[in-house]
Amino acid sequence: MFEIGLSHYLSVAGILFAIGIFGIFINRKNVIVIMMSIELMLLAVNINLVAFSTHLNDLVGQVFAIFVLTVAAAEAAVGLAILVVYFRNRGSIAVEDINMMKG
Amino acid sequence: MITAVVFLPLIAAIIAGIMAFMRHGADEHRSHSIDRLSQWVTCGALLLSAAGSISIFFDVALGGNSYTYELMTWIDSGTFEVSWALKVDSLTAVMLIVVTGVSSMVHIYSIGYMHHDRHVPRFMAYLSLFTFFMLMLITADNLIQMFFGWEGVGLASYLLIGFWYHKPTANAAAIKAFVVNRVGDFGFALGIFCVFVIFQSVDLDTIFAAAPGHANDTLEVFSVEFDALTIACLLLFVGAMGKSAQLGLHTWLPDAMEGPTPVSALIHAATMVTAGVFMVARLSPVFEFSDVALAVVTIVGASTCIFAATIACTQNDIKRVIAYSTCSQLGYMFFACGVSAYSAGIFHLTTHAFFKALLFLGAGAVIHAMSDEQDMRKMGGIWKLIPVTYALMWIGNLALAGIPPFAGFYSKDIVLEAAYAANTGVGTYAFYMGLLAAFLTAFYSWRLLFMTFHGAPRADEKTMAHVHESPMVMIGPLLVLATGAVLAGWVMYDNFVGGSVVQFWGNAILVLENHPALENARYVPTWVKLSPLVVGGVGIVLAYIMYIAKPDLPARMAETFRPIYLMSFNKWYVDELYDKIFVRPAFYLGRQLWKVGDGTLIDGVGPDGIARAVRMLARRVSALQSGYVYHYAFGMMIGVVTLITWYLFTSAG
Repeated sequence: MFEIGLSHYLSVAGILFAIGIFGIFINRKNVIVIMMSIELMLLAVNINLVAFSTHLNDLVGQVFAIFVLTVAAAEAAVGLAILVVYFRNRGSIAVEDINMMKG
Repeated sequence: MITAVVFLPLIAAIIAGIMAFMRHGADEHRSHSIDRLSQWVTCGALLLSAAGSISIFFDVALGGNSYTYELMTWIDSGTFEVSWALKVDSLTAVMLIVVTGVSSMVHIYSIGYMHHDRHVPRFMAYLSLFTFFMLMLITADNLIQMFFGWEGVGLASYLLIGFWYHKPTANAAAIKAFVVNRVGDFGFALGIFCVFVIFQSVDLDTIFAAAPGHANDTLEVFSVEFDALTIACLLLFVGAMGKSAQLGLHTWLPDAMEGPTPVSALIHAATMVTAGVFMVARLSPVFEFSDVALAVVTIVGASTCIFAATIACTQNDIKRVIAYSTCSQLGYMFFACGVSAYSAGIFHLTTHAFFKALLFLGAGAVIHAMSDEQDMRKMGGIWKLIPVTYALMWIGNLALAGIPPFAGFYSKDIVLEAAYAANTGVGTYAFYMGLLAAFLTAFYSWRLLFMTFHGAPRADEKTMAHVHESPMVMIGPLLVLATGAVLAGWVMYDNFVGGSVVQFWGNAILVLENHPALENARYVPTWVKLSPLVVGGVGIVLAYIMYIAKPDLPARMAETFRPIYLMSFNKWYVDELYDKIFVRPAFYLGRQLWKVGDGTLIDGVGPDGIARAVRMLARRVSALQSGYVYHYAFGMMIGVVTLITWYLFTSAG
């Protein structure tokens, strides 16, 4: 059997990151999906950090991952709060409707 | 003395100009006293200046003490040196008398004539300013200073023609005068350049001393060799033609009559328009060496003389008749200069200044009496109502027509005799044209007199009831000028053109020995001496027959000789011709340059084009700002990818 190594972790992280990106671009419906996609990308980065940390025997990477989780949690909280307020004001969180800053 | 004479009018003009500003917004009583003060200042300055001129005349012209008074250096650049200097010799002294004499009389007359006007200080300031520039012109010691005065009088003329700026016709006439004079002044400027090329100096004394040595110089123009002095003289003469309203550049003078009548008398009859004659006489030491230029002067003068006289016969505006008469008389002066009888030309200039100013101011008094009516067809039958003006107009006309012993008789006769005695082709041409013009002069003068003062009244009753003699402040100057018109001829004859002509003029005028027209004028046959008088008499009789004895005759004759009448009545269609040749193409060209050249090309490509390009670019760029978050994110993504790709490739390579 083959052993699960660094490259596998990185591949998973890359796939997750790509899914996140496509989630942002292809999604035309819902802002919450965008936020989830961002979360997905952050997790991909986390996997990257942790994988390299084990590989290089350096704890800094794992510490950084904890930081990223904290920031991601804060980001999710703030983002969702904005969304709630936005929905109250405009009655929709469809991506198509959010274009007030159009030039 | 000479500085006071020249600069007093300038000081007065500045003071009156300041008063014109002070009058703005002042109450009625105060503005009245400002008017009074400005009149006192300018008239006082002019009278002082005139008194100074008379004493200079005695000292310089009769005493023979000509001198040059240096004021300061004006331009000093390499070998080109010009100074402000006042050159006083006999010629200047004579002109000083004419200019300050007529000007002071016109100033005083204006007190009466303009007293209804709301811009009295401005008017007086302009008049004094004009006098200053005219004095600057005649005392010029070099051509540049003369040009300064020349342009200055042009400016003053422009300001005064357009004095009643609320009248569109006055503005148009002012612009016309200025533009037509530009043509002449351009010639004058080129003439000065040409003189500088030949002599390396613009100083009159230097030029006169060097002129004989350059008599055979040639100048290459467009790779053709020309006689240098001829070119210079002809160019300078173009300037004289413009200022003195000679044939071709005369169109502005009749229109200039839109200005107030004192202006017509001072600028457009007595002084400024004679500047051309003065210039030719002043430059006689140069003109003498170019027979071609002298011939041109003679032909242009003689042609103008007859041309303007024919037009004057059919005009109905009293001031226009006198304006064309002025034009015609200027022709006399020019052909006198053309046959080398400069002193005869200046003699006619002097006498003409008196009687023509008298005629204009008299016409002004008539217009004043007739409630600002200028059309002679609406006058008539007023001689009993304004007998003094009537008598003064008679004197003016007698002098103009050359009836002895009035001033015009002496000067016109000597001019014609000199033209005959010149014994050249052009001289003879000038003599016969002058003789014919003398006949027409007498005719139109008495036509004016009869139409204005005699016959049945043609004005309405309200105007007729209002006809009144002018106040003393207007009649007084007329009396002084009338004295000049009566006496100037025989008092000055001996000095100007008679026996003591050589010691009177001294070095001011040079006549070569092969141009003995003036000397021979004494020995012309008797019929030549008598003929101007005879044709003058015939002209008067003809005018009497046509306008008093048989008043229906003019209309019948106009009908019979319709083409000739129309030609004369429409001023030989010169204005229409110029309109077609110059004015319309100029307007067309201007419109094209404006609409196509400036509007489409310069604005289109330049400011407007750049603005349009920026706006278009901005619209394109702003379209990128869609407002959708994922578009921005995509942009960031692409940016990061590009950056990484670039980084990888460069570091790997």
